[in-house]
Amino acid sequence: MASKEITRIMATDCGSTTTKAILIEKKDGEYRLIRRGEAPTTVEAPAEDVTKGVLNAVGEIEDLEGRIFLKPGDEGVLISPDSPDGVDIYMSTSSAGGGLQMTVAGVVKTMTGESAQRAALGAGAIVMDVVASNDGRLPHEKVADIRRLRPDMILLSGGIDGGTIDHVVELAEIVKAADPKPRFGIGYKLPIIYAGNRDARDLVREELGEQMELKIVENLRPVLERENLGPARDTIHELFMEHVMAQAPGYPRLMKWAGHYVDGDWVQVPIMPTPGAVGKLIETVAKNEGIEVMGVDIGGATTDVFSVFMSIENETVFNRTVSANLGMSYSVSNVLASTGFDNVMRWVPFHMDEADLRNRIRNKMIRPTTIPQMLKELIVEQAIAREALRLALVQHKELATGLKGVAQERTIGDAFEQTQTGATLVNMMNLRLLIGSGGVLSHAPRRSQAALMLIDAFLPEGVTMLAVDSIFMMPQLGVLSEVLPKAATEVFDKDCLIRLGTCVAPSGENRKASVLAEVTLTGSDGSSSEIRIEKGRMLVKPLGVGEKVEAVIRPEKNLDVGAGPGNEWTGQLEGGVVGLIFDGRGRNPFLLPEDDSARIEKLQEWSMALDIYPKRFISLEGGE
Amino acid sequence: MAFAYTPGLRVANRTVVRKERRLPLTGETLVKVGDAVTAETVVARTELPGNVKMLNIANILGLPPGDIPELHAEEGSVIKEGEVLGQSKGLFGLFKNTVRSPIEGVFESYNRITGQAVLREPPIPVEIDAYLKGTVTEVLKNEGVIVESVATFVQGIFGVGGEIRGEIKVLTEGPEKELTADLIDDSCRGKVLLGGSFVSVGTLNKAIKTGVKAIIVGGFDDKDLKEFLGYDLGVAITGHEKKGITLILTEGFGRMTMASETFELLKSREGMLASVNGATQIRAGVMRPEVAIPVQGEETERSSDKQAGAMDIGSRVRCIRAPYFGKLGTVAALPAELQVLDSEAKVRVLDVKFPDGVTVTVPRANVELIEE
Repeated sequence: MASKEITRIMATDCGSTTTKAILIEKKDGEYRLIRRGEAPTTVEAPAEDVTKGVLNAVGEIEDLEGRIFLKPGDEGVLISPDSPDGVDIYMSTSSAGGGLQMTVAGVVKTMTGESAQRAALGAGAIVMDVVASNDGRLPHEKVADIRRLRPDMILLSGGIDGGTIDHVVELAEIVKAADPKPRFGIGYKLPIIYAGNRDARDLVREELGEQMELKIVENLRPVLERENLGPARDTIHELFMEHVMAQAPGYPRLMKWAGHYVDGDWVQVPIMPTPGAVGKLIETVAKNEGIEVMGVDIGGATTDVFSVFMSIENETVFNRTVSANLGMSYSVSNVLASTGFDNVMRWVPFHMDEADLRNRIRNKMIRPTTIPQMLKELIVEQAIAREALRLALVQHKELATGLKGVAQERTIGDAFEQTQTGATLVNMMNLRLLIGSGGVLSHAPRRSQAALMLIDAFLPEGVTMLAVDSIFMMPQLGVLSEVLPKAATEVFDKDCLIRLGTCVAPSGENRKASVLAEVTLTGSDGSSSEIRIEKGRMLVKPLGVGEKVEAVIRPEKNLDVGAGPGNEWTGQLEGGVVGLIFDGRGRNPFLLPEDDSARIEKLQEWSMALDIYPKRFISLEGGE
Repeated sequence: MAFAYTPGLRVANRTVVRKERRLPLTGETLVKVGDAVTAETVVARTELPGNVKMLNIANILGLPPGDIPELHAEEGSVIKEGEVLGQSKGLFGLFKNTVRSPIEGVFESYNRITGQAVLREPPIPVEIDAYLKGTVTEVLKNEGVIVESVATFVQGIFGVGGEIRGEIKVLTEGPEKELTADLIDDSCRGKVLLGGSFVSVGTLNKAIKTGVKAIIVGGFDDKDLKEFLGYDLGVAITGHEKKGITLILTEGFGRMTMASETFELLKSREGMLASVNGATQIRAGVMRPEVAIPVQGEETERSSDKQAGAMDIGSRVRCIRAPYFGKLGTVAALPAELQVLDSEAKVRVLDVKFPDGVTVTVPRANVELIEE
């Protein structure tokens, strides 16, 4: 039997709070999103079975479409290539149950420790702790921390090939002494991956072989100058499926449901950790368009940042970080604790009592699934989101670096540039596309709210296209791109990615200038217009999705929009649902007025310029 | 589909409470299946390895690692605090430098290349009690036991402080009254106090001084929580605080009238011994604080009855977000169409009728079911 072309796809993402299902179908020669459904995730008590949430989310699509997508008796998603009911393939991603939580270990914290961290993060894990010989903790403290955190898996690295053995064995001894127990599934061995000095393999096996589920792979840092993260990453995925997922409530069933028929035979599609799937999609976008891209996914418990930037060796480097305790529900109080009351309040365009704000945030934390009903609550949540996003970017910059500890050849010229190893790869001026995803961005009642949240938090410099994931479906498209890249790309372009518009923001210091740049825009019909980017002001010029104008941007002395300080920039600017956004608030530095009333006045002015809230927001004050 | 998520807080008159009592490391279990236990019965015991102290003897003696002197202690030997571990040769036998043990314990190892000695303090004994008066129903070999009991069981929404026991004492007249400092006197010593809508940090501190074991109230201010803990709590993982009291909130942060069902049920148990735990974890493996009061007789409701379920017209609900936070009412309508909120978000909603006859529209995500 020949395989029928896949034209109907059901994909779910089991998040920590919500399970989202999407239905994609091929119509008139292209794949498009047809319907979306969602339901609360059911991995926790009382349901303790992830498939219930999946059935509810797919059930919602059934209700809305008036067609059958579930097997009788709720025995899974109906895969029936030869029937008008059901779909041709079903697949899923998951971050439910806290996602994949790992502890990593390396000899030197900023070298093998950091490489191990990058390997785990790249595989979609949350890194709970980095244990290193030089992390400043005493051995018994390390033992206590490993035990307390109860990771799903441990990645042990350390030593370049032919390097230190003692320190690696010492780390193995610490893990052995800790003897951590898995979170799910009592009585099975905790998986541990050894990806360190190959000369220490036998000794590590001696220490850990019996007590734990040990997998030995190639060294992830075989020499100081090079990382080899692939084998460790692949093994993390494998063990995630085999051990962690298989132990989580309901997952063995879900794993059986995901798949399709190839030549009449059933083929399973592995469940991917959600961030792994999103990362895959961001990489694909960067590669297809040949640009430097960042993506951010702000969830309830965590915020993931993904980036593809060029290294100094002119290679594209993908990085992912996860800020495990920055999010909008479970972790919302931690955002306040990390950044402080004043930093949240600086984004709120009205006065508010600290005690009131604190109680509101706490109540969101203890009842994480609630949503803001009142405009005032929405504004407060979006203020917190800005800080969560900003802090996540700070963490990303710290880890998205070149390799540290590498000897560099320097010429006389380099000696004056003061470059050092391990500098961040994140360059906001080179960034061409910034994509936001996650409830607070994707479901913002007005798209301009998402645009301003992204701009305020990430402070893009020069010329940057802003976009959001329309309905929060990047995870599903990520897993889809593994099986059907064409379908994933088509749906991503047409239905997922909502282009908000291009942000133009001059960067640099020029205290005298009252106009940061002058812009000449020439439309396709030859009409032209002049725009002045005034200091401290924002301006939006409507330009629709897909529409482009030729632009000449002439920044003032010392100010840069991408062609160097004071240099004219020429190129195309693309519109979006918000339009072209000219941001004269400054970068490097970006400063908000310190005086409370002046700051509120400015926030209101900017909010009005982008039309982000109904006008009545200006009169909001006090409690409700 | 008329579903709404509820965190599944249980308020049960009589139910079987099953408690896993597990050691942090393997050890020995001291009871067997069928044994009757009190809350204080020690059910399992182990010894945690003592803390490690690293001491670089070569550095202290000011000698290069290759010139290490003879040691006075052998690897594996028991050492006393102040005992001489090593000594330099000095000059003509004079001006000797001496290294003494800072702890009592074992001289575990000595590295002759780095000069580093590892000293270990004596093992730390750990005992686990039964927490709840009941019966041992399962022994987890070398790890702990399961204790079961028929009890009145109430879950809170947030708590601080660990396991504690005490007699229930009702302190406020009703669920809407604040538990104020003047209500606390010597008769509250050793008791688990049931308050109404609110407690302040000042009252909490007086309760600690008086020797109160735990307080159960509707609400508490977050700024008071920060003052009470001495730090700003980031992620909601609690239970390890050693503040001398356990606090359980049944409703949330701010001034919140306790649900009358909860208040009346706990009030009816006044004078009975309660096991209380403030430990809260709001994320994977969610854990809510709890009050368990063992009672005589059979269970009348199974814990599995109390869970998130379908909501119908007439279901009793609690609003859990502004502007109606804390108000109780009944579901008056479940419209299928999405509706636009004040925030301009378009979501599924329901109509709630309050006891005063007023009906309001709220997002479905912003209510929780109250199980009858």
